[in-house]
Amino acid sequence: MIDLIQMIVNGIAVGSSYALMGLAMVIIYKTSEVPNFAQGEMALISSFFAMMLLTSFNISVYPAFFLTFVFAVLLGVFLEFAILRRAKEPNVLGMIVITIGIEMVLLGFVSWKFGAEQKTMPFPIGPYDSFIIGDIFISKLEVLTLVAALLLMSVLYLFFKYSKLGLAMKATQQNSVAAQIVGIRTNRILMMTWGISSLVGAVAGLLISPTIMHPFMMWDPMLKGFAAAVMGGMTSLPGVVIAAYMLGIIENLFGGYVSIEFKTVVAFAIIVLVLCIKPSGLFARHYVKKV
Amino acid sequence: MPDLLEVKNIETYYDLVYAIRGASFAVKEGSITAILGNNGVGKSTILKTIMGQIEDQPDKGIIEFEGVPIHHKDTDEIVRKGIAYVPEGREVFEELTVHEHLLMGAYTRKDPSGIKQDIEQVFQYFPVLKNRTNQWAGTLSGGEQQMLAIGRALMLRPTLLILDEPSLGLSPILVKEIFSIIQEINSKGTTILLVEQNANMALSISSTGLILENGRFVMKGKSKDLLEDKDVKEFYLGIKSETSAKGYQRWKRKKAWR
Repeated sequence: MIDLIQMIVNGIAVGSSYALMGLAMVIIYKTSEVPNFAQGEMALISSFFAMMLLTSFNISVYPAFFLTFVFAVLLGVFLEFAILRRAKEPNVLGMIVITIGIEMVLLGFVSWKFGAEQKTMPFPIGPYDSFIIGDIFISKLEVLTLVAALLLMSVLYLFFKYSKLGLAMKATQQNSVAAQIVGIRTNRILMMTWGISSLVGAVAGLLISPTIMHPFMMWDPMLKGFAAAVMGGMTSLPGVVIAAYMLGIIENLFGGYVSIEFKTVVAFAIIVLVLCIKPSGLFARHYVKKV
Repeated sequence: MPDLLEVKNIETYYDLVYAIRGASFAVKEGSITAILGNNGVGKSTILKTIMGQIEDQPDKGIIEFEGVPIHHKDTDEIVRKGIAYVPEGREVFEELTVHEHLLMGAYTRKDPSGIKQDIEQVFQYFPVLKNRTNQWAGTLSGGEQQMLAIGRALMLRPTLLILDEPSLGLSPILVKEIFSIIQEINSKGTTILLVEQNANMALSISSTGLILENGRFVMKGKSKDLLEDKDVKEFYLGIKSETSAKGYQRWKRKKAWR
């Protein structure tokens, strides 16, 4: 029994980082219908930027994190402005390939600049500080990740639902011609979503970095986050978070009871299942075009 | 009345098609101007050129709004100058509600009380929309979507309202209703530029009519004169002339040949 509860708790904990990455991807997908495969590496470079500030420049923790968030936003804005916007006659497939290209460049850059070995991130909370409730262990970092994921989800949800800018973002995704006609600067909206998304990704990166810190650290969370986003229906913010937790829990239970070797594969088996049964995702409410 | 919109000699390429071949016209302040023509003569292209929807076009020529050149500007900048545009085929946001549409229509405005007032005004013009306030636009019928598109354009409080075939795909009763509302909007001071295939309807509400053929204007005049014109009657209003004993020689009267 204790084992089961412990596994579920661990599942929720890993689910939180998937949720953050999934959220970041969904934000960009919501406005441009492009799954951004560079998301993980954008978070990666932000985390290494934070490490650089902390270790090489000796800036104290909170200002360093603040600067990192600013850096993340600027990075997202820059990538959209300098690379994606330059695409002539863009189609979704072309854009996806561009994001994969960006991903490789960023990954290569980080490996070249910082080296591929494991680093330690001077994070205020160590990876082994834990709470013990009864017989259940929860690390403080995991609790922080959980809080961050839920908080960001709620803020973003309210933002998309009630703010004028959020509404304009939705409008841009649904019909960019009509959005221009009502006076929305669609280019600027896209740029902003990249900034916000990059920020959310950077939060995920920072929270993962105390446990693992090398150029491939975001690989797994990014793919799982993408899996969660697909499961959640790609456009629904609460959907992606719930799906991320489901993935985390199922993955852990599978690892505990069935086979630890195939633990990471489960997520993708689940995606295949979901796509077969409900291709629009579990939580998407989609208007189907009448032809 | 001064000219609100002035188009001078524009030439537009639509991809590789030389669509507008030197068109000039002016829209007088407070008037309803109608552009008529058959399929594919470039009516919609003229409007898209004015709205800056076609990249790098017009190739040649000048478009002035209130005396200020607006060609080669971005669409959103043109919209901010007070030109609202209802595109062909409605172009609504499928997954936004009616209310959200109207808010988006007022995207460039910053006066909450005025926006509220205008939403009420739109509901007064189109009472059907009021019952559908919280419904997704994608679930509305074609006519309702057209009303929504017009309502959204009105939320801008435009000086000039450009309508691209508001009658497209609507039942005759609905067409009548929409045209009477267009007239009402005009009577409250909004200048209107209208593109239509339904020549009869368009000429009956407009003050000036222009006839476009193959990217050039071939006729221009007061709408009531055009309604009486022999050629317009035959080619656009569908009133047949009698065939002569010699046989009917249509090419002699077809506008493009003159």
